[in-house]
Amino acid sequence: MFWRYEVTGVDTITLHFGDAIDIALTERIQRAARALSHRLGPRLIDMVPSYTTLLLRYNVLEDDLASLVADITNALATLPEVGTNAAKGDVVEIPVYYDPSTGPDLDAVAAKAGLSREQVIQKHSAEEYYVFAIGFAPGFAYLGEVPAELATPRLATPRARVPAGTLGIADTQTAIYPLQSPGGWNLIGRTPLTLFDPGRGQPSLLQAGQRVRFRPIGREEYLALGGQL
Amino acid sequence: MSTQPGLTFTKPGFLSLLQDGGRQGVMHLGLATGGAMDRNAWAWANRLLDNPFGTPALEITFGGVEFTSHLATQIAITGAEVQCRVNGESRPLWSVINIQAGDRIALSAPKVGIRNYLAVLGGFQVAPGLGNSCATFTREGLGGLNQDGRPLQEGDHLPCHADSARVLNRKVSERWRPDYKEELVLSVIPCAQIDRFPASVLDTFFNNPYTLTRQTDRMGARLKGPALEPLGERLISEGTSLGAIQVPADGQPIVLLNDRQTIGGYPKLGAVTPRSLDALAQRTPGTTLRFRPVTLHEAQIEERQFLSFFTATGSQR
Repeated sequence: MFWRYEVTGVDTITLHFGDAIDIALTERIQRAARALSHRLGPRLIDMVPSYTTLLLRYNVLEDDLASLVADITNALATLPEVGTNAAKGDVVEIPVYYDPSTGPDLDAVAAKAGLSREQVIQKHSAEEYYVFAIGFAPGFAYLGEVPAELATPRLATPRARVPAGTLGIADTQTAIYPLQSPGGWNLIGRTPLTLFDPGRGQPSLLQAGQRVRFRPIGREEYLALGGQL
Repeated sequence: MSTQPGLTFTKPGFLSLLQDGGRQGVMHLGLATGGAMDRNAWAWANRLLDNPFGTPALEITFGGVEFTSHLATQIAITGAEVQCRVNGESRPLWSVINIQAGDRIALSAPKVGIRNYLAVLGGFQVAPGLGNSCATFTREGLGGLNQDGRPLQEGDHLPCHADSARVLNRKVSERWRPDYKEELVLSVIPCAQIDRFPASVLDTFFNNPYTLTRQTDRMGARLKGPALEPLGERLISEGTSLGAIQVPADGQPIVLLNDRQTIGGYPKLGAVTPRSLDALAQRTPGTTLRFRPVTLHEAQIEERQFLSFFTATGSQR
């Protein structure tokens, strides 16, 4: 597996595995992250896998860069180019109430695509999405990719408040805001599920490398599952 | 008043947050490290009391705090230049202060610097949350006294150990105390995407003053100065490092701090060293600063010195 590294801080390096967004590449990075976690254990304080990179934070008091890179090289030397992804086959289903009351940009996305509201819902929920990265905010999963006709650029002016659970589109990416926050994505619906709960054994509902499918639900089911309007 | 001994805050101040060394092993969840913004002042407050490195202390921004102690204990206050009064009598900063049950302690607004650290003998007794840390993260509603990310509120009670062994009445030597009025030159490790920027941009960046703006918080320091011509493309989003210097489309650099977003797509010129971030954390908006390049080697030596000093014997238990 080809990779190079770049120093990115006093105690961080970023491994680069490729230059373009590609599920196979991101899966390779997931495997690399698992292998490094297994082989280097507590020497890595933190790791952030993303689309084409893996950021590693190490203990600068107890480690030095040269020996760390040597051990990373060894750990990754035996990693196959292709392999089974532990997360594969693990499709997380997320119920979503697609409606202008929960997704105020739903009709704008439809109008831009020249589709009806129902067609947008059908197309968005027919796709199986891949979790490319978790980041930006706790439990925020970057999912891709939405069908080309639904791709919509970010809002010119971000909203000051997007409620927790709201589903949005930005270009070809789609994501759910885990917590109430400001946001510039086009909002098309909301899930009653809790994406991030620090009290759970696994705080983040979604993990990088998983697959996700959205199941459209009606207002009654949304409310019955604890959804807020 | 709680039955557990501790400190009750009658004035919580503008922004007072329980902070420690920050979270570990949670960045893959999208959760930033957090922790004390001025690690140096925070670490000294704990060191004075023989509290181990990593012990939670109260990070008080812009002073204006009053509290009553319900136990006899010792405290230490470091950081910004404030008036500290115990029952109306002045007490020194950067020193161990003996406290009796019923004492009222008041901190004024700072004259120089912006953040103080209040540590108590044995440390505040707060359950750690995610990442083995109690670091308060207001934006995400995590950490702090009640693990809900709330800053300290009027009437909050911070529990303490009543029976910790006393320490000697000592102070931090003048020569170790930082001068927050000193002209600020931030050390930068030139790294990340710096090679992609033309030499003219680096020349502008390293040879001009930048001003700290009001749009600065625990997430990032936004600077204003001669615009840096941004790279044409956004990067594919990647993990962010503490101190990373982003160059967004308007060419005004942003230094990513403790509560930063964990991934981002702006090209970066390098990373400000942790010791320089300590100094930055005490500067008010409007402060002029400059950047100077240092090697990774120099930066790591400085960081190792800092960590080994504060994690060395005498502060272990």
